[in-house]
Amino acid sequence: MVLGLFRKEKMWGPHHKLKSHYDVVIIGAGVHGLSTAYYLAKNYGITDIALLDKTYLGGGNSGRNTAIVRANYSTPEGIRLYSESLDLYEGLSKELNFNMLLTQMGHMSLAHTDSAVNGVWKRAEINKALGVNSRVIWPDEIKRMVPALDTSQHTRYPIKAALFHPPGGAIRHDAVVWGYAKGAEALGAEIHPRTTVTGIDVSDGAVKGVRTSDGSFVGADVVVNSTSGFCSTITKMVGVDIPVVTHQLQACVTEPVKPFMSKVVVSANLHVYVYQTDRGELVMGSEIDPYSSYSPLSTFQTLEAIAGHAVELFPGLKNLRILRQWSGVCDMTPDYSPIMGRVEEVKNFILDVGWGTYGFKSGPASGHNIAELIATGKTPDTIKPFALARFDANAQVSERGAAAVSH
Amino acid sequence: MGFLLACPNCGQRDVYEFRFGGEVHARPQFGASKKDWMDYVYRRSNTAGVENEWWYHRMGCRRWFQATRDTTNNSVLRTFWTDQEGSDNAVRARK
Repeated sequence: MVLGLFRKEKMWGPHHKLKSHYDVVIIGAGVHGLSTAYYLAKNYGITDIALLDKTYLGGGNSGRNTAIVRANYSTPEGIRLYSESLDLYEGLSKELNFNMLLTQMGHMSLAHTDSAVNGVWKRAEINKALGVNSRVIWPDEIKRMVPALDTSQHTRYPIKAALFHPPGGAIRHDAVVWGYAKGAEALGAEIHPRTTVTGIDVSDGAVKGVRTSDGSFVGADVVVNSTSGFCSTITKMVGVDIPVVTHQLQACVTEPVKPFMSKVVVSANLHVYVYQTDRGELVMGSEIDPYSSYSPLSTFQTLEAIAGHAVELFPGLKNLRILRQWSGVCDMTPDYSPIMGRVEEVKNFILDVGWGTYGFKSGPASGHNIAELIATGKTPDTIKPFALARFDANAQVSERGAAAVSH
Repeated sequence: MGFLLACPNCGQRDVYEFRFGGEVHARPQFGASKKDWMDYVYRRSNTAGVENEWWYHRMGCRRWFQATRDTTNNSVLRTFWTDQEGSDNAVRARK
């Protein structure tokens, strides 16, 4: 009977042999790459797709993020993209017939200073204008929602207000990867884990295909870079530098305790965010490390900062023990918005990179839009503002205030 | 991963005493094209490997210096003042 609990069939097929040519080659089989493949196959009937990944499925940042989803950003461009994503996440378990354990528990961004209160007011109003459910709440309501928070006004950073975003929450990130992999594979896309891309062939200003670690050449009509962490390295293979600096982002999880809080609590001033998972563990994260690095190892200093700041918010956590700590490498852009779309210098090379610390929550929408771009040849309006060319036109989409700490 | 950085003035210190100033890259000359300036301001090589970087000892002597570091494992190969031989001076003109 116990054995019946385990899955007998494999969720996706056996290891394919790489063909010599595909319509679309997607580098990076994380949430972004897999959702691109899935929507290409489902919405546009393009099924001759190879997904190449350096490690196993979900081994990159798709399995290292803290699984939070939300749409309460601060620019109209950002809000449109992330709310499209949240809408897709809401129907995803049903669509892919795979339970992703979406819990829309509510997302709370605390404001500890007058300028932060102005910031959350502004975000709430822009959110409302674009149909995203957000409102400003005050300490008495905050205390009612999360009684464990220290809302006394004598702390170092007293809580003055918060931006409350009811549809925000968390979704099981591994399940999202597996669900999309299952869906994309069923429609005909090939997934090639442990296949590193070592070079991209370009001739006459257009991409011709990629070279992989086993020495084979794979021709492609379109190559998509949907990697995280190493997106600069891959883009450099076509001779283009992008405005990305790679930093580490660290998070940790505590031992499980009885359920006592049912909201995601974020504090930008204290550089920390906390929520309790279905298992009772507290997931806590911080902001990016202050220097660039590709190292996968985490640091004691960040752990100390996360723990100290979490205890400032929740004094009751002081005796809780940390189970584990991990880090992911994040591609930070100057304006904390992604780089999506075509590259002027090289034809048929499409970027879905620069996803910094906010890539997981946008996975479905970016896959959806990148698929539309590949299939129709036209850049959808949703992702137009995120083109690489925005840096030359001085048209950045500044999401720093809404994306720097609150993941 | 945290690491130690040898300030040329103060010696080995914890990396958290310093401010990271980004990779060293050449500044365009006066009169360069807008594209060159935009590339200088925004685009980065972002090397996964050995690169030269600016660092500022904010909790020590408060001086800027350069370091050669491997970004894949954070090992610091050397640190030096920018007028030292072998330094990649950022005001050097772009070719």
